[in-house]
Amino acid sequence: MYGFEALTFNIHGGYLEAIVRGHRSGLLTASDYNNLCQCETLDDIKMHLSATEYGPYLQNEPSPLHTTTVVEKCTLKLVDEYKHMLCQATEPLSTFLEYITYGYMIDNVVLIVTGTLHERDVQELLEKCHPLGMFDSIATLAVAQNMRELYRLVLVDTPLAPYFSECITSEDLDDMNIEIMRNTLYKAYLEDFYNFCQKLGGATAEIMSDLLAFEADRRAVNITINSIGTELTRDDRRKLYSNFGLLYPYGHEELAISEDIDQVRSVMEKYPPYQSIFAKISYGESQMLDKAFYEEEVKRLCLAFEQQFHYAVFFAYMRLREQEIRNLMWISECVAQNQKSRIHDSVVFIF
Amino acid sequence: MKLFDDLPSMDHLRSEDMSLVQVIIPVESAHRAVSYLGELGLLQLKDLNEDKSPFQRTFVNQVKRCGEMSRKLRFFGDQISKAGITASPCPASQQVIDLEELEVRLSEHEAELLEMNANSEKLRQTYNELLEFKLVLLKAGGFLVAAQNHAVPAETELVESIYSKKDDESLFLLEQSVQPEPSSKAGLRFISGIICKSKELTFERMLFRATRGNMFFNQAPAGEQVMDPVSGEMVEKTVFVVFFSGEQAKNKILKICQAFGASCYPVPEENSKQMQLTREVSLRLSELEATLDAGNRHRNKALASIASQLWNWIIMVKKEKGVYDTLNMLNFDVTKKCLVGEGWCPTFAKPQIKEALEHASIHSNSQVGIIFHDMDSFESPPTYFRTNWFTHAFQEIVDAYGVARYQEANPAVYSVITFPFLFAVMFGDWGHGLCLLLGSLILILREKKLGSQKLGSFMEMAFGGRYVVLLMALFSIYCGLIYNEFFSVPFQIFGKSAYKCRDSSCSDAHTAGLIKYRDPYPFGVDPRWRGSRSELPFLNSLKMKMSILLGVSQMNLGIILSYFDAKFHGSSLDVRYQFMPQMIFLNSLFGYLALLIVIKWCTGSQADLYHVMIYMFLNPTGDLGENKLFWGQKELQILLLLMAIVAVPWMLFPKPFILRKLHTERFQGRTYGILGTSEMDVDHDPDSARRQHHEDFNFSEVFVHQMIHSIEFVLGAVSNTASYLRLWALSLAHSELSTVFYEKLLLLAWGYDSVIIRIAGLAVFAFATAFILLMMETLSAFLHALRLHWVEFMGKFYHGDGYKFKPFSFKLLADEED
Repeated sequence: MYGFEALTFNIHGGYLEAIVRGHRSGLLTASDYNNLCQCETLDDIKMHLSATEYGPYLQNEPSPLHTTTVVEKCTLKLVDEYKHMLCQATEPLSTFLEYITYGYMIDNVVLIVTGTLHERDVQELLEKCHPLGMFDSIATLAVAQNMRELYRLVLVDTPLAPYFSECITSEDLDDMNIEIMRNTLYKAYLEDFYNFCQKLGGATAEIMSDLLAFEADRRAVNITINSIGTELTRDDRRKLYSNFGLLYPYGHEELAISEDIDQVRSVMEKYPPYQSIFAKISYGESQMLDKAFYEEEVKRLCLAFEQQFHYAVFFAYMRLREQEIRNLMWISECVAQNQKSRIHDSVVFIF
Repeated sequence: MKLFDDLPSMDHLRSEDMSLVQVIIPVESAHRAVSYLGELGLLQLKDLNEDKSPFQRTFVNQVKRCGEMSRKLRFFGDQISKAGITASPCPASQQVIDLEELEVRLSEHEAELLEMNANSEKLRQTYNELLEFKLVLLKAGGFLVAAQNHAVPAETELVESIYSKKDDESLFLLEQSVQPEPSSKAGLRFISGIICKSKELTFERMLFRATRGNMFFNQAPAGEQVMDPVSGEMVEKTVFVVFFSGEQAKNKILKICQAFGASCYPVPEENSKQMQLTREVSLRLSELEATLDAGNRHRNKALASIASQLWNWIIMVKKEKGVYDTLNMLNFDVTKKCLVGEGWCPTFAKPQIKEALEHASIHSNSQVGIIFHDMDSFESPPTYFRTNWFTHAFQEIVDAYGVARYQEANPAVYSVITFPFLFAVMFGDWGHGLCLLLGSLILILREKKLGSQKLGSFMEMAFGGRYVVLLMALFSIYCGLIYNEFFSVPFQIFGKSAYKCRDSSCSDAHTAGLIKYRDPYPFGVDPRWRGSRSELPFLNSLKMKMSILLGVSQMNLGIILSYFDAKFHGSSLDVRYQFMPQMIFLNSLFGYLALLIVIKWCTGSQADLYHVMIYMFLNPTGDLGENKLFWGQKELQILLLLMAIVAVPWMLFPKPFILRKLHTERFQGRTYGILGTSEMDVDHDPDSARRQHHEDFNFSEVFVHQMIHSIEFVLGAVSNTASYLRLWALSLAHSELSTVFYEKLLLLAWGYDSVIIRIAGLAVFAFATAFILLMMETLSAFLHALRLHWVEFMGKFYHGDGYKFKPFSFKLLADEED
């Protein structure tokens, strides 16, 4: 029933949409970034942030401040907001919101598994995990020796279980395996999320499919670039691409056989939306690609707010806030290490 | 008009005369000067560094230090409230300490407190571990005994305990007591420990999966709550014992235990060893408890000493922060030796400010004095009304609608009386009025005590408006006496009733009515009318007409105030083309109605006023017949109608056209003038904050605005008059509601001869009176009175687009909630 959401959307979703739009207006503005970039010390940053919505989260921090504290507190605010929204949400919005966290969950699983592989302390690893991707038995991940155990012991209880069907092997875990596992999981997750959004229908499906397709394509490009020069075969590489998105299926075929960054570029330039991204980057360069992709993503996420009565705003808000925290982290790092000239290298402005 | 000119100046009607002033303060006396100004609290400094972000300002370091100090103070407050110490602010110790000293002292206290916290934290952790160990010993011992009894003797030999790898210092005493026997064979072993109750289920499942079911899990609730080291809350815990076999399984289980945050403690096999261990642990526990208690006492003492000073410190830091925030608003002059500030102050306060500044420069031994002088201003000054304890609440009521434009007529002056009065017209019952009076008197008599403490949001509101409530109650009593209602019961206070029944049984009072046999009742409504046939028609007619009279007079007052405003600002245009047609329009229609009402009351005529008013429009020349009230009525009506019709275009058209004419005249021949004036401006006074903006005259906008205004007034004249009928409607509703409660509850219950029913009836009556009539009805009458003031009265003259005068004042700073 596309186009008729306006009739009934507000019954369950109206309050939360208002909340999320309110949160969105609390994102840091251009002048905030302007001021932040002029800070001399982390205390200046704290002082400036205390005038924003981050104020209550930072005001009780003792003064020699660390970048990690800033990031931790800012993330805490995002988590608090997310939890509030999740508490208020009804089906299917609550499922939608939970879907958003699965990505963080995958990252956390990979982080813990890699960490244990390198014999790190579990508690230390747990502190590094994103709080949105936590689940009960996450610490037990350290027990597992191979994929099969990982699945059977721990992940079977988590929502990630269905995504695991493709990567159950008895091989011992190593870095390569884990990376493949991450991408396989991510592929399954994106596809599942995509199907879920399609099932919701309406504007949610329309906007989310656009956003998720962009995400899938970006991952495809990243996988390709990262796997250039590794022992990953073409077929294996091909298997890691999500089965939707603008590049699917012909772009994937071409990406799978790409051997260097310029080939990737020539593939991508056939797609008008990505042409502009690659147009910003000079030949042979992959460093700035991340930033270009982030900028494009932020633009799309902001556009999601232009339409009403759909769930993509929640996704977009979480992503934007995350980007903002990334920006804050970068700025505070630069300030802390006296590299202020490099601030603009990685900050993606959100307006 | 001559009469108005001779009136004394109306000081209370206008906000204070404000002036824009500039202060130039040498740096060395800046801090003292600003803090003196803060004590005085009569100068509002403008932020001259608006384009600078907070950390680029001059005194950012001091602000940061204050922020850091207030963080420490918040930390102390937190600790104090956690420790459950009631802070008794002791005003006795008013020793003056300066900021540096305070800073040092605060960080000392913080370090001390943090150390104590860390120590007690450590102790507490040890204590918790021992406590857990004790619980495990008690519970797990039981399992083991049971297991031993059931197991085959051969197997039991192999059972042995495994050490958890935990190398906490708490376990050192255990090391000599139990030595694990080297396990040569893979037999049945066990691990015992304790885990959060909430995690227990997943823990068991995980163990089951990890060992593929080759384990035996035993658990029992710990019975005691143990403090969680992370959150500091008490949590329910469960003691468990896992039996398993094999070295690999042991590693796995230990890892899982670690992952789940379960603490493992070894339990010796034999009963005697267990007993011995339990004794030792208990002994140590009691020792630790003593130590912990001592530590707590010490900490509480330290906290109590902080608590006694905390309030003073908080105030002091707040003041300092306020001073530096204000200093940050000032600009450096070219030489960097002086700070320059601009701001508003009431003109009357200039000498006071000057004096304070002089004191400041003397006290700080400054060589150079502080310069304080006036500036020209082109922006609208802030609005500042001096209020006292009595008028404050009324001013708040007006400000809630909008802060008055600078030197605009202040409706609060009239609201002091009209607001409670209109309320009382709707709430006329002297019984209820007495209750309100009692309530407000309690608030007023305990003013000192209540004012100093924090109240709930509702009480805060009632307390803030205590004088409003007092006046409302007094007027309610007055109106109640006129309506002759005491909890809806009429009383014969002012003499004998003028009416009597037709016969002795008085049964036909409802149907046939009463007979008048003497002079009318001297004050208010005749008590005998209650329940008679003519009661409702009479009261309705009385209250309706009264509402219209009150409404027309209040609206007229509003329009007259707009005249005073126009005269004050010297705008004859507004007088001629706004005030005059408005006055004529309103009074030719509704003023006339009010006149008819008064004539009807005086003459006792039977004329139908609806008819008169309606046919005045429909058929102005028709014969009035029996509705004629006075000679020449028809001619007067035609004249009034014509005046009203003329008044509409009068207020609509001339003003915008005249404005346009004035505008074009002003700019005629200015083509060469602009350059000259702008140069002259620069020469004239470079210091003045002169921000001349070119006003564009947009005729269509002005015209549309005037059209909206006129239409609003014309339609509003009708609807606002009708709106005043709410006075009648609410008063009717109030009296009917209280009659229902009185007759259907109290009298009904009184009819029974049972004490219980009577008491129950009385209770329900009291409850309904208190909550429905005294609280809800008060609220509704209050809101309606508020509306009548905001819309019907203030809409006639009030702009309300000014901004409040917010001086830098320590007193306001201290009141501010943090």
